[in-house]
Amino acid sequence: MQIGDTFAAWELPITPTLVVSTAIATRDFQDVHHDRDLATSYGSKDIFLNILTTTGLVERYVTDVLGEEYDVTGISVRLGAPAYPYDTLTFSGDVVAATETTMEIKVVGQVSLGAHVTATVGVRVR
Amino acid sequence: MSDIDLREAVMAKALELQVMGETAPRYARDQVNQPMINNWVEAMGDSLSRYTQGEAPPAMAQVWTMGGLNPQRDPNDPLHSMMEFLTEQGFTAVLGTNCEQTYERYLRVGEQLSVTTVLDSVVGPKMTGVGEGYFVTTKSVWRVEDEVVATMLFRVLKYRPKQADANAVDPTKVLRPAINRDTEFFWEGTRQGELRLQQCGSCHELRHPPGPACPSCGEFDRTFVVSSGVGRLFSFVVHRYPAVPGKQLPLLLGLIELDEGVRMVAELVGMGPEDVEIDMPVQVAWQRIDDSLTLPVFERRS
Repeated sequence: MQIGDTFAAWELPITPTLVVSTAIATRDFQDVHHDRDLATSYGSKDIFLNILTTTGLVERYVTDVLGEEYDVTGISVRLGAPAYPYDTLTFSGDVVAATETTMEIKVVGQVSLGAHVTATVGVRVR
Repeated sequence: MSDIDLREAVMAKALELQVMGETAPRYARDQVNQPMINNWVEAMGDSLSRYTQGEAPPAMAQVWTMGGLNPQRDPNDPLHSMMEFLTEQGFTAVLGTNCEQTYERYLRVGEQLSVTTVLDSVVGPKMTGVGEGYFVTTKSVWRVEDEVVATMLFRVLKYRPKQADANAVDPTKVLRPAINRDTEFFWEGTRQGELRLQQCGSCHELRHPPGPACPSCGEFDRTFVVSSGVGRLFSFVVHRYPAVPGKQLPLLLGLIELDEGVRMVAELVGMGPEDVEIDMPVQVAWQRIDDSLTLPVFERRS
């Protein structure tokens, strides 16, 4: 791959099960990620994805495309709109830098409210 | 506390926490292990085979040292201390904004992680879309024994939520007109963007507001015409008090003399009290409240 190459988009339907199962799998027990009554009492529309999951999904998106040829060396995420259940999180990716052995991929995860995450993922040939 | 004193207090607290440096290492509850990797991979839907062969996903680095269901707060944890201080100053809400992780290598099953944290920076106050606040950045370092295996810069916005506008009005709370067989043609018209004027079917006199009988000839024969919506301001009042449901004060109420010759009371919009002049040219506009109600209002005609 080279600079300018784009990744095929990935659409992930966000369900309550996804939000809760990933929150628990990342050992994040904050109530806003599993208890809708409390989440709405704080003014949130619903429960929402936690940051560790956003990072994990960005990683999965990139390695789904690149396979096992590369190691992930870093993930920087800038967070935007919350990802609520019943929305769809659509990832897109662009190669923005590349050397013989490394690449930087810009990943955007979009929900109906706007960009949920804007990320840069660094990878290196294994 | 003045804004300047507050900022100085926040910065002094930040400096105090920064000079404390790194926290003591906090150890992961469990060694890197396959069952937790399996749970993570299953929840994320990740299918790389290397995660079944003793390697852990890099994005799991922080997972190993999460506090769990009943976290023990380290009293020296700089993030927690800074958050607490800002909460006391009224910056009660928190929002994660950035998380930058680097992975030196993939972790392997059986490794024991520890994490240290240091307060990197406190920047502010900044006015943001959600309110005024401070950006608090911490840096965490994960190690296996003395070897650094991952790092994270984590930034949160600790902010004072913007006050909901106390003067904000909900237009749907507006007083509803009484709609009956005499008046329903009028409100059906406003929904369609037509200003309908009742007309006597017998003597053809126009009248407003609508009623059952013609005040001129007494006939009950009712029909209507569609007004041009154009006229002049005959008179007005500026209503400043008390509050009117669904309306922003001051409320400008005009008595409009339509070109067809009838007068109608309606709100004047797109102007302030100082802009209103008797005899100014006006034209109808539509204020849609919801599916069932659209109000006629008048604006200045140029």
